[in-house]
Amino acid sequence: MENGDSKVRIGFYVCHCGTNIAHTVDVASVAKYAAGLPGVVVARDYKYMCSDPGQDLIGEDIREHGLNRIVVAACSPCLHEATFRTATARAGLNPFFCHLVNIREHASWVHTDRAAATEKVQDLVRAACGRVRHHKALERKRVTVRPEVLIVGGGIAGIQAALTIAESGKKVYLVEREPTIGGHMAMFDKTFPTLDCAACILTPKMSQVKAHPNITLWTYSEVMGVEGFVGNFKVKVRRKPRYVNEEVCVGCMECIEACMYKQPKFDDEFNQRLGKRKPVYIPFPQATPKVVLIDPETCLHFKTGKCKQPCIASCSRNAFDFNAEEKIEDVEVGAIIVATGFKPFDPARSPKYGYGHFPNVYTSLEVERLVNASGPTGGEIVMRDGRKPKSVGIVHCVGSRNLQTNRWCSKVCCMYSLKLAHLIKEHAGAEVYNFYIDMRTPGKGYEEFYNQLLEEGVHFVRGKVAEVTDWAMTPEEEGKLVMRVEDTLAGFVRRIPVDMVVLSVGLEPREDSQEVRRMFNISCSSEGFFLERHPKLAPVDTATDGVYLAGACQGPKDIPDSVAQAGAAAAQAMALIDKGYIEMEPNTAFIEEKECSGCKSCIPLCPYTAISFNEATVKAVINEALCKGCGTCVAACPSGSIKQNLFEDVEIFSEIEEVLANA
Amino acid sequence: MPETFEPRIVAFFCNWCTYTAADLAGVSRMRYAPNVRIIRLMCSGRVDPQFILEAFARGADGVLIGGCHPNDCHYIEGNYKCLRRFRLLRRMLDDMGVEEKRCRLEWISASEGDKVKKVINEMVEQVRALGPLDLPGRFRDWDKEVAALEHAAPGASEPCDAHAHAHKEEATHA
Amino acid sequence: MPEKPKIAFYWCASCGGCEESVVDLAEDILMVVENVDIVFWPVAMDFKKKDVEAMPDGSITACFLNGAIRTEEQEEMAHMLRRKAKILIAYGACAHLGGIPALANQFSKEHVMEWAYDKCPTVTNPSRTRPQTSYKDNGRTATLPAFRNVVRALDQVVDVDYYIPGCAPTPALLKGAVVALLSGKLPPKGTTLAPDIALCDECPRKASKPTDVGYPEFKRPHLARIDPNLCMLAQGFVCMGPATRGGCGALCINGNMPCTGCFGPTSRVRDQGAKILSSICSSVAPKDEAGIDAVLEGIPDPVGTFYRYGLAHCLLRRKVSLNDSAEVAAK
Repeated sequence: MENGDSKVRIGFYVCHCGTNIAHTVDVASVAKYAAGLPGVVVARDYKYMCSDPGQDLIGEDIREHGLNRIVVAACSPCLHEATFRTATARAGLNPFFCHLVNIREHASWVHTDRAAATEKVQDLVRAACGRVRHHKALERKRVTVRPEVLIVGGGIAGIQAALTIAESGKKVYLVEREPTIGGHMAMFDKTFPTLDCAACILTPKMSQVKAHPNITLWTYSEVMGVEGFVGNFKVKVRRKPRYVNEEVCVGCMECIEACMYKQPKFDDEFNQRLGKRKPVYIPFPQATPKVVLIDPETCLHFKTGKCKQPCIASCSRNAFDFNAEEKIEDVEVGAIIVATGFKPFDPARSPKYGYGHFPNVYTSLEVERLVNASGPTGGEIVMRDGRKPKSVGIVHCVGSRNLQTNRWCSKVCCMYSLKLAHLIKEHAGAEVYNFYIDMRTPGKGYEEFYNQLLEEGVHFVRGKVAEVTDWAMTPEEEGKLVMRVEDTLAGFVRRIPVDMVVLSVGLEPREDSQEVRRMFNISCSSEGFFLERHPKLAPVDTATDGVYLAGACQGPKDIPDSVAQAGAAAAQAMALIDKGYIEMEPNTAFIEEKECSGCKSCIPLCPYTAISFNEATVKAVINEALCKGCGTCVAACPSGSIKQNLFEDVEIFSEIEEVLANA
Repeated sequence: MPETFEPRIVAFFCNWCTYTAADLAGVSRMRYAPNVRIIRLMCSGRVDPQFILEAFARGADGVLIGGCHPNDCHYIEGNYKCLRRFRLLRRMLDDMGVEEKRCRLEWISASEGDKVKKVINEMVEQVRALGPLDLPGRFRDWDKEVAALEHAAPGASEPCDAHAHAHKEEATHA
Repeated sequence: MPEKPKIAFYWCASCGGCEESVVDLAEDILMVVENVDIVFWPVAMDFKKKDVEAMPDGSITACFLNGAIRTEEQEEMAHMLRRKAKILIAYGACAHLGGIPALANQFSKEHVMEWAYDKCPTVTNPSRTRPQTSYKDNGRTATLPAFRNVVRALDQVVDVDYYIPGCAPTPALLKGAVVALLSGKLPPKGTTLAPDIALCDECPRKASKPTDVGYPEFKRPHLARIDPNLCMLAQGFVCMGPATRGGCGALCINGNMPCTGCFGPTSRVRDQGAKILSSICSSVAPKDEAGIDAVLEGIPDPVGTFYRYGLAHCLLRRKVSLNDSAEVAAK
């Protein structure tokens, strides 16, 4: 028999989950209880239902006892529903005759009273056994998956993912908001703990991206909207005008030389506003694509219309196009990798450190530019007042591990602070003090790097800096920034005068993470980073099929972790598109034509326009391929003529009735 | 009111936000009152007001609906449809004498495991303070004034089953 | 010549409209009279309760009982007719779902009595006399049947075989039922003898409803002009049609009034009011609470609007906070 409930034979299984469930729920009595429920033929408890022997148990019972319904009381269906459905299908029973009861996340882990937890589980089990008798055999439908992948964000994570996928022969669209790819990594000088030059390891990858035949690189572009669903996303990308034809410009930079502004006059964003640029510029020499662009906010032509435009004359390739307009590109992709990165904490939010007040207080990212040979000072550590520091204090955990700002540990700050300490000592020969709460150096070669710095004579003070002040109490403090800190190892409050303060700012979600999240229909965790489907077992998946995460948009990460995660996201995306199809869950809605009165109540409710009015039959019809299975139309159908597979009224009503049958 | 009254609350949680948040509460080992029975739906838009009435009629002392925050619905707008129905249902329940605190709609995102705990604990206490709704008991009380239904099966819990006819297989007679 | 089927008609808490609908059969009533023996019809002919009592159990082929059950007497008659009839048919909205009388399930018995015998502006009752179940006068005792706390549909008191919906049922439905009875071609027990599809199916204004309705407001029929050609819901009038069985030929719509739901829900729906609420509210235009509430203010009495004929069969049955025993004790 396939459908109906005339001869229901239920097999019931309750999982101990080691002691995770059995500790709080009396599983033996649950099994005994289930055995007495109508239709239950077999009721067992087992140590680990998800293990192979546990799954085999189901199959054996199906064959031996002619079971036609399976109820497993174990963990969340989000975790193991697929496992048990597959086990059911292996034994020749339609997988949708199997139903999972969540008694771990929703019972044993959240309750302490064993009797109350067991009673609750019995209610849930009764409800499941009630609903499952109405289950029907269902088929998963196959939907073709487009082979292209969209990657949003061209930092190291996006680059790595793009190259991995492109190398496999699949087409990639890489969209980057800034005029160049490279992200934060391109701003770094060296990378910890090996002290490789960031540019040396990153820029070859950037060039590879540009050159790769399978990668369409759209910089200075943003994703405007995403429609569709796994395998068939329709994406709109806005490409902002550079006023320079990207295909023609070779990045000779003659035009920058020729610009009416003889001296760079405007804040250089790439250099953290420590340097200047002209209205026509290239963010940094290895920018990719190596193409100039014009900033219309500062360009004389755009501001006054009265520029002689020597840039045009200087261009032998005729690349300028001052009439360029923004372009909208429409692409269709099968999978999306979100790699939008992070935002450094703004230390102005912690005024006690004096950032913005004392010119010689810097953020770590600014110092990255100062120590960089291609930075605004050519790699020399020169402070805003023109002096070279003889002593530098590096404050760890700025914005992190703090109830007033961000609660989380930003993971990378200890290590990059050590790196900066090393670089500052190397470049300036200064005395360097690290002020830390805890030194967190887990990672390959990280602790060794810390030990190396201890040997190099960098000072370490364990304590939170209370204040950075210019109020001198002694002659030595005159003209210095004084760091007030309780040295918790020495056990007293110290005042350490330094020339320069470096704030190791934490990592936080980008300002637009909420909009981005909505656009891709994914979630954020409480701190605002994008939420992975499972923290351990699905770290790059999201709740939306076909959308994956890579890099620091999911949480603070260093470069090795970002690269590894990008690889994982690429692998997930490839697994999806390489298969070429996906099987859709069959929980779609359908209309019984003879029951439908054609009242049209349901039609405007469907956000996917899956419901339409058939003028010939004068009834509504649901296009199953477009239906996502939310069930909103089902709840709203005033004559009860729309049904949702797996969530039929009769199934839910029986759950309600049974769950309360003991009340 | 019996001294040992333990409220029985039926919850309808959407798969993507609130159900996942309840999973998160579990993974985070948050402890909350064991009085809630969660029924999983794909979307709060699937919550048919009939389910809420049926739950009360079957003995729920409270009904909790959990969906994604506004703008966050996995299905774009299912939660708004739920909200619109809830606003009128709430008023109608009031007219029918069901206290406001017995039926609650909460937006709980997938990351708000702590909110699941807070809402459930709070609601259990509020409903506990209201005492049992016990509609099956009230139905029995009301029906004491009439003779038992002639067709009532022996030992049937409800001498007058309000749903009897809805449950029957009914054929079309056009 | 074989014996003709015996038919009974009876009324309980009802307005008499259902009785009228029998007469509305017009010439067809001749067909009925020709083919059946009417053994009990107190409205039209002189029968006594003892006549029915005297009949053997199961001797009436079919009894059409209209009206809700509110009093002890109605209950007693329902039980008796159930015994005497092979087929008991709940005839009309009151017997089917409680009907208009069941709107009283929002109020206590005391409230109803107080209104009817005291507070109602058209009542003059200075001595505040109330009906009593027994009254002694001149050595004789007059009795009245007890008035119950709850209004019930017929199937909440006795077992019912079939339902004929409507306030009142249309002659076509009655004729169809009689023909089915005579031919012995009856559907399974429990069936409602009307189409199991909502009214919109036969509504003459069906085509005028757009597919993108979003309600910016609701209007009440007595406070606004009704376009005689456009779908009621499209005009913002609450129409129960989508949640109500068809079979009436859209009588009210043809009279330019919205459907008020007297045929009850389809077989697939447990609670008609909850379903129309769900359907209509889903398409309210605003998304914010205040905006939604403002639109829904146009439905000031959801219980009276959505359960006009079906409150006894609402899943909650009655205003649940009514406490009959406490009220009696307080007296």
